[in-house]
Amino acid sequence: MAVLTYRDALNQALREEMQRDDRVFLMGEEVAQYNGAYKVSKGLLDEFGAMRVVDTPIAELGFAGVGVGAAMTGLRPIIEFMTWNFALLALDQVVNAAAKISYMSNGQFKVPIVFRGPNGAALQLAAQHSQAWESWLAHIPGLKVVAPGTPADAKGLLKAAIRDDNPVIVLEGEMLYNTKGDVDEDPDRVIPLGKAELKREGEHCTIVTHGKMILVALQAADALRKDGINCDVVDLRTIRPMDVDAIAASVRKTNRVVVVEEGWELCGVGAQVVDYVQRECFDDLDAPVLRVHQADAPMPYAKNLEKLAKPDAAKTIAAVKRVMYLE
Amino acid sequence: MLLQRRFEEKCAEAYALGKIGGFCHLYIGQEAVSTGVMSLLREDDYVITAYRDHGQAIARGMTPRAVMAELFGRTTGCSGGKGGSMHMFDAHLNFLGGHGIVGGHIPIAAGAGFSIKYRGGDQVCVCFFGEAAVNIGSFHETLNIASLWGLPVVFIIENNGYGMGTAQTRATAELDVRKHGAAYNMTSDSVDGQDVFVVRDAVEQAVTRARTEKRPTLLEIKTTRFMGHSMSDAASGTYRSKEELDRSIKRDPIELLRASLRDTKEFGDDEFATMNEAVKAEVQDAWDFADASPEPAPEELYTHILVETTSDTSPSQTLEAVHA
Repeated sequence: MAVLTYRDALNQALREEMQRDDRVFLMGEEVAQYNGAYKVSKGLLDEFGAMRVVDTPIAELGFAGVGVGAAMTGLRPIIEFMTWNFALLALDQVVNAAAKISYMSNGQFKVPIVFRGPNGAALQLAAQHSQAWESWLAHIPGLKVVAPGTPADAKGLLKAAIRDDNPVIVLEGEMLYNTKGDVDEDPDRVIPLGKAELKREGEHCTIVTHGKMILVALQAADALRKDGINCDVVDLRTIRPMDVDAIAASVRKTNRVVVVEEGWELCGVGAQVVDYVQRECFDDLDAPVLRVHQADAPMPYAKNLEKLAKPDAAKTIAAVKRVMYLE
Repeated sequence: MLLQRRFEEKCAEAYALGKIGGFCHLYIGQEAVSTGVMSLLREDDYVITAYRDHGQAIARGMTPRAVMAELFGRTTGCSGGKGGSMHMFDAHLNFLGGHGIVGGHIPIAAGAGFSIKYRGGDQVCVCFFGEAAVNIGSFHETLNIASLWGLPVVFIIENNGYGMGTAQTRATAELDVRKHGAAYNMTSDSVDGQDVFVVRDAVEQAVTRARTEKRPTLLEIKTTRFMGHSMSDAASGTYRSKEELDRSIKRDPIELLRASLRDTKEFGDDEFATMNEAVKAEVQDAWDFADASPEPAPEELYTHILVETTSDTSPSQTLEAVHA
């Protein structure tokens, strides 16, 4: 074990997988000479050369499609989007090509590709740079979608994504890159896709969350513990396919659920979690499930408004207390 | 060419009978393009195209049976009946598919080109699309990338004059579409697509440039579709006059080729008639095969959405291994 930042954990995953398999390459804006907009790819150009660490023009649709074509013809591309907000320009390739080609070709072609980059809000980046896209992406059959919230998960899930033969979306976070945590240094340690992890154990309430909101949920859980309220924090880690068994196991224990996510309410990931909970655990529930999410507005620039818009620990604590009928 | 023509005529018949559903775009009139291009490619080259893909699939070597069964939505189709008219795929022929979003497959062609360059190979990738696709962003992003990185791709604009029902003159500011090559420092040319020998000459230069110099080419091949955009619209009347269509049909690529061969003793009218009968029989056989083939089993609804991961079983796998 070593203490690494989330950024360095991703960097280690990229380096190890590129050393392991020479079909793996990294492509995106500023990934090579600049060492990555967020320095995730630092040092990789020097180690692997310009054919495997490839700077692109600002042309998300174009280079995402280059990745799909390379994946169809035997390579294993990692496509970095500087942010998932820019990836909207490339969604035709993600949704219409990468996610469909295996199905449309009856399995003759596979598309082993990773699309990765920061997702969701950072600080005061305003409406166009602060959006969480997981519910859009998780909607699509043919994709796998992961959202690591810790350095260990960042490394283990990215490695699993690179080794997977399907298109995998990796949702990182600008606010996560500097966070630190224990990371397994064993290059063969991967975290299986589709498996949630219980990040805290408690008997009173379940908090289901993923990605950056893990930090919010853990903060809330720690504060609640001081009041004698112990929460299970279920980190989905993978949104598609979703580990319904892990959610249900926790809910059957606690009988109360709060779902926390960064995106908007309508058709959000949390809405799907609530659906699974009502189907699998209808008789186990002691209270309606509550959700914590971004306010139903574009992200404002002003600091005070941004704080109002974002889900946070205080909102999560309030929701937990409500499902426990303490407020 | 004749096989493609008779095949597409049979498709029109099957569509009218409800044996083929969905969107169905026929290639009649454009056969010299696919035939000329494919005749110059090696088995290990890559081909990718848009949704008017039956003719190209057959020209690349797919059997009429596999294509017709796909159109009939049967399990024996090239894509197991799950792709349909617009999504013919054949991995053994490096046929990377028919794609249904205008311009969506153009960057994928550059990806195949990138893959060739990455592995140090000398294959080429040929990418077909219509003239209306030059107005979409993916075309421009891809031409820039392919030229900047020196990718062995031949971009073929099959200019049949109409993007669905919109004449090129109503959609495109610069009608001389080869000029787009200049913006991306890419060699470009424009040739007649009704004469298969002219097509061959132009494509041969482009393929050689890709194979030996690792340079892409933008090639406009001017042609005509004798049918409507799809089975949903008439060949003429709404957006194209009958007079214009009649003029175009006088330059039928099959008739032009017949005329050039008629002078030779080897291929006169008798030989043509014999070939025509053989082709008709082959197409009828494809129909019979498709009609008798089973529909996909219900469980096929959920197969191949994701693939089982096998690649990481041998961590030391090298590019050579992949290539082999």
